[in-house]
Amino acid sequence: MITLTLDDIPNILMYSTPLILGAMGGVISERCGVVNIGIDGMMCMGAFTAATAGYFLANPWLGLLFGGLAGGLIALLHAIACVTFNADQTISGTALNLIGPGLALFISRLVFAGSTQTLTVSRKMPKIFSQEVSGIFRQINIDVTSLIALIIVILFWFVLYKTKWGLRIRAVGEHPAAAETLGINVRVLRYACVIMSGFFAGIGGGCVTLSTVSCFSPTSISGQGFIALAAVIFGKWMPHRACGACLLFGFAQILTVKLSGEKSLIPSQIIAMLPYVLTILILILFVGKSVAPKASGKPYNKNIC
Amino acid sequence: MVQMLVKTLKKPITSTFIAIFLGIFFASLILAFAGYAPFDVMKALFNGIFSKPKNIANVIIKSTPIIITGLSVAFAFKTGMFNIGAEGQFIAGSVAATITGLSLNFPPFLQIPIIILAGCLAGALLGGIIGSLKAKFGIHEVITSIMLNWIAFHLSNFVVNCAAFHKPNSSNTYTINENGFTTLFYKWKTSEEGLKFLKEHSLISEFFLKTDFNIGIFLAIILAIFISFFLFKMTKGYELRALGLNSQAAEFAGINIGRNTLYAMLIAGSISGLAGALVITGASPHNISDLSMFENNGFNGLSVALIAGSSPIGCIASGLFLGGLLYGGQFVQMQIGTPSEIINIMIGTIVFFIALAKFIPILVDKFSKHRIKSNTFNKF
Repeated sequence: MITLTLDDIPNILMYSTPLILGAMGGVISERCGVVNIGIDGMMCMGAFTAATAGYFLANPWLGLLFGGLAGGLIALLHAIACVTFNADQTISGTALNLIGPGLALFISRLVFAGSTQTLTVSRKMPKIFSQEVSGIFRQINIDVTSLIALIIVILFWFVLYKTKWGLRIRAVGEHPAAAETLGINVRVLRYACVIMSGFFAGIGGGCVTLSTVSCFSPTSISGQGFIALAAVIFGKWMPHRACGACLLFGFAQILTVKLSGEKSLIPSQIIAMLPYVLTILILILFVGKSVAPKASGKPYNKNIC
Repeated sequence: MVQMLVKTLKKPITSTFIAIFLGIFFASLILAFAGYAPFDVMKALFNGIFSKPKNIANVIIKSTPIIITGLSVAFAFKTGMFNIGAEGQFIAGSVAATITGLSLNFPPFLQIPIIILAGCLAGALLGGIIGSLKAKFGIHEVITSIMLNWIAFHLSNFVVNCAAFHKPNSSNTYTINENGFTTLFYKWKTSEEGLKFLKEHSLISEFFLKTDFNIGIFLAIILAIFISFFLFKMTKGYELRALGLNSQAAEFAGINIGRNTLYAMLIAGSISGLAGALVITGASPHNISDLSMFENNGFNGLSVALIAGSSPIGCIASGLFLGGLLYGGQFVQMQIGTPSEIINIMIGTIVFFIALAKFIPILVDKFSKHRIKSNTFNKF
């Protein structure tokens, strides 16, 4: 019999954390009207840079920061293409999904003597309590990164729905021309949001290589950016809902791990499909139609609108 | 003179070539920055593609699946949908082809069509799920596609490890029955007379004997022409394109959006499934093996379609180009030691500049207006 206990909470969160951060990146970008399917590439670059910086600087916090910056740098390309050059956002995102992993592995081979796997960092990201705690504290001893991710979700929700800037971001995502007439600089705001999107995706990648495991390899980010992207749509472009989708996904992953650990009749490959099947079923049964921010995906040209 | 230049510069194909040039240029910059001589790398790449007939044949073999998945993505683009699920549909096609190729053993003229049909149906099934969920429940095709990619991935691994198909002491299934092979002159080229003939014609020998040159590329070309014809000359194709251009207007004109969305994805899915089946029948090892990562046949199809600007005929050229880069890239690593990832960076950069390419006509417009203006001033 499979039982899920309090002990599983840290693991569920561990699986969900990179997804949550990636999804927050997706939310902020799409909310201001720029589709970002390049999350996966940004996470990959972030994961590699975080692991490398974490290895050389022997400080996971700095590593995470550098991971975020690397993701932001890749996102800057996306912003230049989509905001300044009015490029097709899907094409640009697809390009970044090729460039991100390509660049990460290329540099890895240069820095780590031809290997696509970085060396193990000496210090990983800590947990919120020290290892010696007992009782309930031991059970809820989650990664610091998980806590950070949850705080960021609350922050995102607060900023988007309770502040002036959030209103501006949402306005730009729905109707940029109207926002512009009210004196909002659409281009600057979009630049800021897209770069932030890459920054959070990069940190999300860093969580994999500094918290979950302690090095970067070509399979570190295997499509997690795409799952995050799906979570954004699943959560109807709202931070708290997207976070819920990521948690659901983490939960399904842990269930998968537990189920395949049991001696069951169902082959492990079939069990591995569970999170994906579950996502589709929940979409059909409970979520339904998703409506993107109206201007999402459309380039904005001041002179034409 | 100037006007002609402006006209050529504004053609989409010019933008594509500029994007390719810029992509190669920036990749060279990265190479130079990393301490490799860009010229040597490009030379190794070029030699890897063209130096021997064998290599050219291998490029064509490598290109075939991505041309076809490219067609699938391009077709979906034309109907207003983003088929990021080509990867999963490709896998489904290859799985179905392997299962039928192993379980049935008819004469080739029956066996091959059955395998190909099975591949198409499996791809269409996945595409159909994506299309019907979008039509019925309004679920975004990107989510379903991403989830189905992973489901197909695990399904493939499940089939590989099924006792009925798994080859003992390996990480793959048995090879499909020979009657299902679509390799050109498969029987003849290893027969006595074939070997004798090929011995006298060394060029052809390299092309056929040393590679798995197969019918795939011809099917891909026929398919590209057919899709072009379908989209631009047939009523159904027009309806589907109308959906992509302006779905509201299409609905107003009496085109059933839901049903056509389903059709579009069924077709796109079956095309990707076909690509999967043709890889199994066409090239060794003629089986599927345990996947640890996606093999990117579908994701590369995205790049193919984007570089081709979603033109079906263009997919042939861009597929061959990408196939060449991917195949030649291995030689770069073997001969110079440059990480082969530079190829992905190069392809990514090209696609990135394709995204920017829309800007070239605008730039040309601005520049030519400026010129005309200054010319008029000179007159006065």
